[in-house]
Amino acid sequence: MHQGPDEKTVLQDVLEPGEPPVLAPGHDFGTVTDKITSIVLRRPLGIGWGTAAFIGFVLVNVLLMAVTYLFLKGVGIWGIDIPVAWGFAIVNFVWWVGIGHAGTLISAILLLLKQTWRNSINRFAEAMTLFAVACAGMFPLFHMGRPWLAYWMFPYPSSMGVWPQFRSPLVWDVFAVSTYATVSLIFWFVGLIPDIASLRDRARNPYTRITYGLLAMGWRGSARHWKRYQSVYLLLAGLATPLVLSVHTVVSFDFAVAQLPGWHTTIFPPYFVAGAIYSGFAMVLVLAIPIRHYYGVGDMITLRHLENSAKIMLATGLIVAYGYFMEIFMAFYGSNIYERSIVHTRWFGPYAPAYWSLILCNILLPQLLWIPRIRKSPKWQFILSLDILVGMWLERFVIIVTSLHRDFLPSSWGMYAGTRWDYATYLGTLGFFLFAFVLFIRVLPMITIFEIKALLPESEVHPAEVEA
Amino acid sequence: MKQTPVSPVYGLMAEFSDASSLLHASEKAYAAGYRQMDAYSPYPIEEIADAIGFPKTRVPLIVLVGGIMGGLSAFALQYWISAISYPEVIAGRPYNSWPAFVIPCFELTILFASLSGVFGMLALNGLPMPYHPVFNVERFTGASRDKFFLCIEAADPLFDRVDAEKFLASLSPDFITEVPH
Amino acid sequence: MDNGKQKKGEAVCPSKKGKLELVDVKQQLAAAKDGPQYWRSLEELSNTEEFQEMLHREFPRQASEWVDGGTSRRDFLKLMSASMALAGLSACVKQPLEPIVPYVRQPEEITLGKPLFFATAAVIAGYAVPVLAESHEGRPTKIEGNPQHPATLGGTDVMTQGSVLGMYDPDRSQTVMLDNDIRTWGGFVGALANPLAAQKAVQGAGLRLLSRSTTSPTLAAQIKQFLQTYPQAKWVQYDPAGRDNSRAGAKQSFGEYLDTQYNFEKADVILSLDGDFLSSGFPGFHKYARQFSARRSPDLKEKMIRFYAAESTPTNTGAKADHRIPVRAVEIEAFGRAVAAGLGVGGPATASSDWGEYASMIANDLQKHKGAAVVVVGEHQPPAVHALAHSMNAALGAVGNTVLYTEPVEAQPIDQTAALKELVAEMNAGKVDMIVVMGANPVYEAPADLDFVDAYKKVALRIHHGLYVDETGVISHWHIPATHYLEQWGDVRAFDGTITIQQPLIAPLYGGKNQYELVSALNGQGSTGAYELVRAYWQKQHTGADFEAWWRRAVHDGFIANSAAQVRNASAKGGVPAASGAADNSMEIIFRRDPMIYDGEFSNNGWLQEAPKPYTQLTWDNAILINPTTAHDMKIDTEDEVEINVNGRKVTGGIWRTPGHPKNSISVFLGYGRTRAGRVGNGPGFSAYQVRTSDKQGIATGVQLNKTGKQFLFATTQGFQNMDGRDIVRVATLEDFISDPNFAHEKTQAPVEGLTMFQPYDYSKEYKWGMAIDLNSCVGCKSCVVACVAENNIPVVGKDMVKRGRHMHWLRVDNYHEGSPDAPKTYTQPVPCQQCENAPCELVCPVGATVHSTEGLNDMVYNRCVGTRYCSNNCPYKVRRFNFLLFQDWTTPQWKMARNPDVSIRSRGVMEKCTYCVQRITHARINAEREDRKIRDGEFTTACAQACPADAIVFGDLNNASSRVAKLRAQQRNYGLLEELNNRPRTTYMAVVRNPNPELERAMDQRELATEHK
Repeated sequence: MHQGPDEKTVLQDVLEPGEPPVLAPGHDFGTVTDKITSIVLRRPLGIGWGTAAFIGFVLVNVLLMAVTYLFLKGVGIWGIDIPVAWGFAIVNFVWWVGIGHAGTLISAILLLLKQTWRNSINRFAEAMTLFAVACAGMFPLFHMGRPWLAYWMFPYPSSMGVWPQFRSPLVWDVFAVSTYATVSLIFWFVGLIPDIASLRDRARNPYTRITYGLLAMGWRGSARHWKRYQSVYLLLAGLATPLVLSVHTVVSFDFAVAQLPGWHTTIFPPYFVAGAIYSGFAMVLVLAIPIRHYYGVGDMITLRHLENSAKIMLATGLIVAYGYFMEIFMAFYGSNIYERSIVHTRWFGPYAPAYWSLILCNILLPQLLWIPRIRKSPKWQFILSLDILVGMWLERFVIIVTSLHRDFLPSSWGMYAGTRWDYATYLGTLGFFLFAFVLFIRVLPMITIFEIKALLPESEVHPAEVEA
Repeated sequence: MKQTPVSPVYGLMAEFSDASSLLHASEKAYAAGYRQMDAYSPYPIEEIADAIGFPKTRVPLIVLVGGIMGGLSAFALQYWISAISYPEVIAGRPYNSWPAFVIPCFELTILFASLSGVFGMLALNGLPMPYHPVFNVERFTGASRDKFFLCIEAADPLFDRVDAEKFLASLSPDFITEVPH
Repeated sequence: MDNGKQKKGEAVCPSKKGKLELVDVKQQLAAAKDGPQYWRSLEELSNTEEFQEMLHREFPRQASEWVDGGTSRRDFLKLMSASMALAGLSACVKQPLEPIVPYVRQPEEITLGKPLFFATAAVIAGYAVPVLAESHEGRPTKIEGNPQHPATLGGTDVMTQGSVLGMYDPDRSQTVMLDNDIRTWGGFVGALANPLAAQKAVQGAGLRLLSRSTTSPTLAAQIKQFLQTYPQAKWVQYDPAGRDNSRAGAKQSFGEYLDTQYNFEKADVILSLDGDFLSSGFPGFHKYARQFSARRSPDLKEKMIRFYAAESTPTNTGAKADHRIPVRAVEIEAFGRAVAAGLGVGGPATASSDWGEYASMIANDLQKHKGAAVVVVGEHQPPAVHALAHSMNAALGAVGNTVLYTEPVEAQPIDQTAALKELVAEMNAGKVDMIVVMGANPVYEAPADLDFVDAYKKVALRIHHGLYVDETGVISHWHIPATHYLEQWGDVRAFDGTITIQQPLIAPLYGGKNQYELVSALNGQGSTGAYELVRAYWQKQHTGADFEAWWRRAVHDGFIANSAAQVRNASAKGGVPAASGAADNSMEIIFRRDPMIYDGEFSNNGWLQEAPKPYTQLTWDNAILINPTTAHDMKIDTEDEVEINVNGRKVTGGIWRTPGHPKNSISVFLGYGRTRAGRVGNGPGFSAYQVRTSDKQGIATGVQLNKTGKQFLFATTQGFQNMDGRDIVRVATLEDFISDPNFAHEKTQAPVEGLTMFQPYDYSKEYKWGMAIDLNSCVGCKSCVVACVAENNIPVVGKDMVKRGRHMHWLRVDNYHEGSPDAPKTYTQPVPCQQCENAPCELVCPVGATVHSTEGLNDMVYNRCVGTRYCSNNCPYKVRRFNFLLFQDWTTPQWKMARNPDVSIRSRGVMEKCTYCVQRITHARINAEREDRKIRDGEFTTACAQACPADAIVFGDLNNASSRVAKLRAQQRNYGLLEELNNRPRTTYMAVVRNPNPELERAMDQRELATEHK
């Protein structure tokens, strides 16, 4: 019913001729609502979902076992030692936090940039963010020697009158990550309110209706409500934007503030942030591509979304490459022999394979995205995204382990290798992530209904003089 | 809000099937002098809020105040802890290492601003409010799908059961319903 | 907890009828009310047959569990805690009954929290190492040197430092046993009657006494008496790492046994022919180290001592040499002859191509310093080399100046190997009916070719006396538990002959009888206590008036003044012995005492097992040390397992490529491969005794190495021993130092003060603690490391954890090689916490668990630590240690007693590190404040500084300009490690100054270049 011309007027800000639309033609308010809500309310669970949930559940139990043994015995069950006192735990922490960047970035920054195409992917990207941050948040707790005292990191009035030490980047982490988690959560939830209302109104089962009813808090789409809602939603976006940039900056301070050659670098904040977005979008694609296929929402998460994400990965990937290059350049440009030798160690030392494969994964392979055919093909996007996720993990491994294993005094040089408990914990969090995500797509609308509606041509209000 | 209804009905509700008609209806109703009214739509429409005479919101102010409070309290906390309550010689740094304190300040600014924003919005909207008269209308479930509603409330001084219905009918809605308490 | 104990208890002794259940024990203990009665009831308790049996039975089972592997050391000690008996007994710390004399003026009765010091003596290879033992509420916890004693001047060594742990060792044997059944001492004495009577009839023809080398006058007198009663009986002494060679050498030169002592105070030039006089265990090591380092100060300019070492097995002694020339042990003699020839001693010598011209250069230098030169020989070198050295020293006019010959300190110097051979022959011939093995462990340590075990088993009555039911004890009829030196009275002579009195700090922890009591029992004097015996002996000896005062003084000081052995002005009569045959070019094997566990005596000592051996930094194992080039040619690599074949006798061990080791030669340390040492000593390494024959106990040739194809993984604490071009140990030659005293700061400097934006904290008001370590004095013996372990309750973590880089030593001694792997220059550098003023660790701690004190200490607050380990990551010196698991043993009662009560025990998940012995600082501060004064310089010092025999570590208050440390830091040689990072370390180092012979230096460098080009 709504043909080309209308569409153009709606989407002109994003759609150049010849490019796939952000929303396939043939939808109206009703169909959009029904399609998205039915995934939650009507559709049976299905084999695919069952399998994914099962795998996730098993791995969650692996996590529980690993952590139980960890708390019984101590971090000695891991591969860490002196000098390499940080291992998988911190690598995974940084990796997960990085992944946790895409969601808020998409919903906040792209919203401010009026990139309306983000409307159909922001919801599950945000969910992904939350679960990733949850996974990340576990590791700092696990990696402590005495995890039961973790609350000492917070400024609470203790009977001893002692307080956290605010010069430590770890305390900054506590503030940054917890703030980020909280703000992402409320941002996500605020976005959900109108859609939960839709679910409430579609629900047939009274219990479901009551549950969603409570969550929707009596949202009724009043114009006054919408007005305040829009205003706070935009403001949140505005606040989340510097926040999302700050989080990985602060995480990078864990290393940049230290004196260790290979850590003590001013380039860290920008290239950590870029790397975070890099891996974040990779994860978005890894989730989006199967989902749109499995739930047939390809007409809302279109090739255009995928391609745009691919372009962002290409861009951030180049920033990351620049970061690597600057590190090396500075090592040789400056006169610090320790910096120089750490670069040398990364290239030719015992962990050189990790270094070179990260260069391959993060810098060389992604360049394939320059080729339109590959950039537009979901299959390739999927493969390259996985490749980038691996690469970014390796990057953190190289930064943390190679810098530690050979620092200032050769007398204390050592080696590091993860034990089976290290791997179990990492797998466990992957499982937790998967499990949480599959639950999410079954109980909440994975695409923002009301924002999709704003994309529809019929959402256009015609000026009043028409009927004059 | 109001506990004792002045009249048995909450208001009269007209249903439209597209945004533009709702917009025009709202404009006309405002022109006709109605103030106690509200429009309901499945997605935000800037113009309608203006049309029913609700051009501004105080949410941004709340956010600003929240943010400033967050920042100040963060610095106060850190300064008091590190320089007054429990000063320690750390790595040869001064007690008031303000450059290091900047980061928690920033984070708390954002946190306080966001929280006050969201809770401010909910408070002003009077949410959560599980019960509201408009839900008594059978067809109102459409408001979260694809229907648009204009409701003139009995609380409006101009409200008169008959005139209001006449007036709404003149807007050629799909339906007109009485909203009971 | 209790249930746990009970369960383990049951596991230990399956509940049968007649066995005592732990429940019962607990009930009996519960029944016991007030103090005295408690002891009484416990006394009864511990004497009941069942109880003893349970005690005894539990041990082998658990031991086997250990050997089965699987269980870690930790689990093991936990199992041990099941031993209710030990828990009960060790709870009662009893003062010895006899009056003992506190070292310093202290109230006789103990004031809680105030340690007392008692002078006594450890015994190593028969020689006394005089010590002051620190006693907390009657529990000896720490060993310090006795500064008044002429033989040591206050220094200690690793074994002495570790010895205190040996006293508490739960593996020590705890009851008299006959064929592994519990007996009593009374029972033993009774049982002696008949066999002795029988021997009396034949004048003791079938009676033999086997002991280690003995210097104790009292014991010697007792044995003399014994031999008078049984004229036909024989007393055999055997020390596996003994001094047969030097004895024989002395006999060759002087026709009689004489002891050789050196005086390096008067020496300008030293030539060492494999003489490791700066290594723990060398008689006189403490004194020599002190003298050497004193003469090593570059401020003496050209009077600074010069040290040439021709060395086979690389030791920390050779590492101190200005010129270390790696020479095969069998060629040392040839080298010596070459030098001797240069001195006009002996005939012309055949010079090897390896060191051809070196010998003559060294000879010239020695000549130049006639009267102030000295030649030192290693114990394992054959008698000929010793004799040669005597002649050279005579030719150099060293005798009387740098070399002293004294009458033998040993009670009865003999050719021990010959005596042992004879004993074995007699046992095989069935001539021996009864043998008493006293303190020795011949089954383990006797030369392999003697087949001691078979011979020993032929003896009708075998009595073993020792601290452990060891390899010998287990195949003896009777086993008598011995006492530790901290538990007994005694008199021993130091290497210089000074009579040193032992007094007990604690009543024997596990019962046990000392050798005096044993011999007096043999003499039929029932069981007279050692106190009476020793005292009675000296009462006889003492000629002057007022024995009581004299005796009290002797016990108080720990030694009898001016009792050193008489000096003889002997000169080598024998002349230079003829060269012993042509050089043997087959591969050689060198048997050396282990630098940590000696000859196996300390195998079960966790502190010593875990202390990195000087030079190789290996722990928990002995390795086959081999030259890297040789290894490369033979296609074997570090950690390959190989089989050593010495003329048909085989043993397998792991390879360790060792820079500076001579080519075509391997070295092995003795003392490993124990099977009955205890749960720590069983297992590690291989027993070199298996390939050591009586005729070649020092060096053997004709060795073959065959790869087994397996790997043997070692646990080293320092994988990398080159400085990687970093300015870590700063070195200059004496010439350069004189021309440019500021050489240490040419390459890197600390940023000037005040560059920082911040106002630095003002430490000038109170004390400002600092430490200066003179790398020129440090001999790398590791005494400081073990002292630190003992002082600060540092846990033993075991080989696996060390391998994984989790050793806990707060103080480590780094070892750096420079130059070619065949003949490197080697430097040692002790690294404690540097106590940086701008400590990087503090900045990153999220909870403020490590903060600075107003005296500039980098305090570690264990209770506040949550274990993020960020501080360790940010420590440039990596001196922080983390409790990755529960390393500390919280259960075994003996360890509870052994610990220093002033230092808190760290639990799992907590970071720890050097504190500059803050507990000692606090003690001193309290005393000073009570007397309303400042702490005096030298009033106290840290454990490492106190233990250092070379006086290389100096600790004190930097605000006190007159303090030693302040003076040292004012010197230009003083530099901070990694000072360019602006951490402002409080620990600083005095750069190394070598004193090479320019001529020889040039020659050696050229050769090195030549080899590199090849």
